[in-house]
Amino acid sequence: MCILIYAESEKGKLKKDCFELASYASLIAKTLELEVHAVCFNANNAEELSNYGVKKIYHYKNKNYFDFDATIYSDYISKIFIEKFRFLILSSSSNSRYLGGILSVKLNASYISNVISKIESKSSIKVVRNSFTNKAFETVEALEKNVILSVAKNSFEIIKEPVTVEIEEINFEMSSPMNNVTSIEKSENKISISDADIVVSGGRGLKGPENWHLVEDLADVLGGATACSKPVSDLGWRPHSEHVGQTGKPVSSNLYVAIGISGAIQHLAGVNASKTKVVINTDPEAPFFKAADYGIIGDAFEVVPDLISKIKKFKSLNS
Amino acid sequence: MKILVCISHVPDTTSKINFCDDNKSFDSDGIQFIINPNDEFGLIRAIWFREKTGATVDVINVGLNNTEQTLRKALAIGADKAIRINTIPKCSKVVAKSISKYLESNQYDLIIAGRESIDYNGGMVPGMISALSKINFVDKCTSLEIDNNNVKAVREIEGGVENISTTLPLIISSQKGLVEEKDLRIPNMRGIMMARKKELIVIEDYGFKSSSETVKFEKPLSKNKVTLIPSDNIDKLIELLYKEAKVI
Repeated sequence: MCILIYAESEKGKLKKDCFELASYASLIAKTLELEVHAVCFNANNAEELSNYGVKKIYHYKNKNYFDFDATIYSDYISKIFIEKFRFLILSSSSNSRYLGGILSVKLNASYISNVISKIESKSSIKVVRNSFTNKAFETVEALEKNVILSVAKNSFEIIKEPVTVEIEEINFEMSSPMNNVTSIEKSENKISISDADIVVSGGRGLKGPENWHLVEDLADVLGGATACSKPVSDLGWRPHSEHVGQTGKPVSSNLYVAIGISGAIQHLAGVNASKTKVVINTDPEAPFFKAADYGIIGDAFEVVPDLISKIKKFKSLNS
Repeated sequence: MKILVCISHVPDTTSKINFCDDNKSFDSDGIQFIINPNDEFGLIRAIWFREKTGATVDVINVGLNNTEQTLRKALAIGADKAIRINTIPKCSKVVAKSISKYLESNQYDLIIAGRESIDYNGGMVPGMISALSKINFVDKCTSLEIDNNNVKAVREIEGGVENISTTLPLIISSQKGLVEEKDLRIPNMRGIMMARKKELIVIEDYGFKSSSETVKFEKPLSKNKVTLIPSDNIDKLIELLYKEAKVI
């Protein structure tokens, strides 16, 4: 019995969170006394997983099925899994979460999402997860023999653990795809909120979409993504895809900078998992200051340009 | 076209979260319950199909009778009929299996369930139903157009979208984008009166076993106080972010 991780790839390369997953799996493997294996699709650098404790890789290579499809991928992963696995570790990406529910049925597995803890004991499989949109931690016990864990983003460190790895290419006869993807629209040079280590977010305090260059420029110098509060997306100042909070996207970045956002409870819930929160607001009573690590009480139109130029200077001195 | 919308009964987004029963369950004392926002975006899209194309819209919940107020609200907004499966929704698997069991004897062309509920945030019921009932699935759906049996859908992915063509029967997980916030409806008096007369069917527990179990809940520890930095000393903030927080 082993632990299997689904190592996601994009354009022929493993995604960064694969190494986080492999490190997490290697961590729980010690408690469970199991080996860590990985399954991946068309990843030219698959062997890099061996730096993080992965001893065997099942590799699917097929030019015809280059793109993600939930049926094909879940069929392949379950065929690998039933051989000799008990645990499947997934990331929290869109594709991994797409597969999670389907795989939990195919593998008769307990499926636990948003996992933020290790497994402490071999005898009963319990983990802690985020629930109530980061307003609570829930300890859950898996009751089925097979277990799928989807790990919350940015919750575990990457730990190097080089081992020798065996790579096996297996190509099954594939089922037909579930849906037909006609096109993918993705802005190539923009960092997405879910992938970003730094997120800069603006609220109604910025007074209008014409002032968003402040948010964009700050995100730019920090190498981060841009986001916004719910009222801003409802007013149509920014696209919905940028709305972060309870009903929008969750954020669990290393640094979250909130400009002109008062910090309604729904917004705070969605961004609480970020490690460091900086708040810039004119109103000293803004509830966000209670949830922030660093705060500046001041006018965004003065503070942010100053911050941008000083970070530029800092970056040029420290690079 | 027959549409089924899965409705989760969740605490209002402004609720303070507390636990009872030895920290094993959510304390619903004094809590206002609402239709899960992700389900509501789906419900409103379903009602749009009802008004434009004559689709029928049923709503379903897996829960005890306290959830009927939320189902009635869905009826007041415009759904035709409600179904409640009288089960304690102990885990997502139990919910998904119950709905799939109902689907064995009730045919729908389109099933809609929220991307995740804002209480337990499992985000797994739609995918489970798709696998249990063997129907096509589009996760995190932000746009849905249907022409006869042909479906054009948009799925949100990291940093962009995927345009999908597929066919009915289909299950989607719904979220904002499917309709806008301004499209949401507050039930009017006529709707509320009519909802009282609409059918609400109760199905007895199918008796599925839990797949996972809550051991306990904990609330995050209150965090340290904020460090305030004068607005004319930005260098201090940069120093703290660099040396203390180590994030830049």
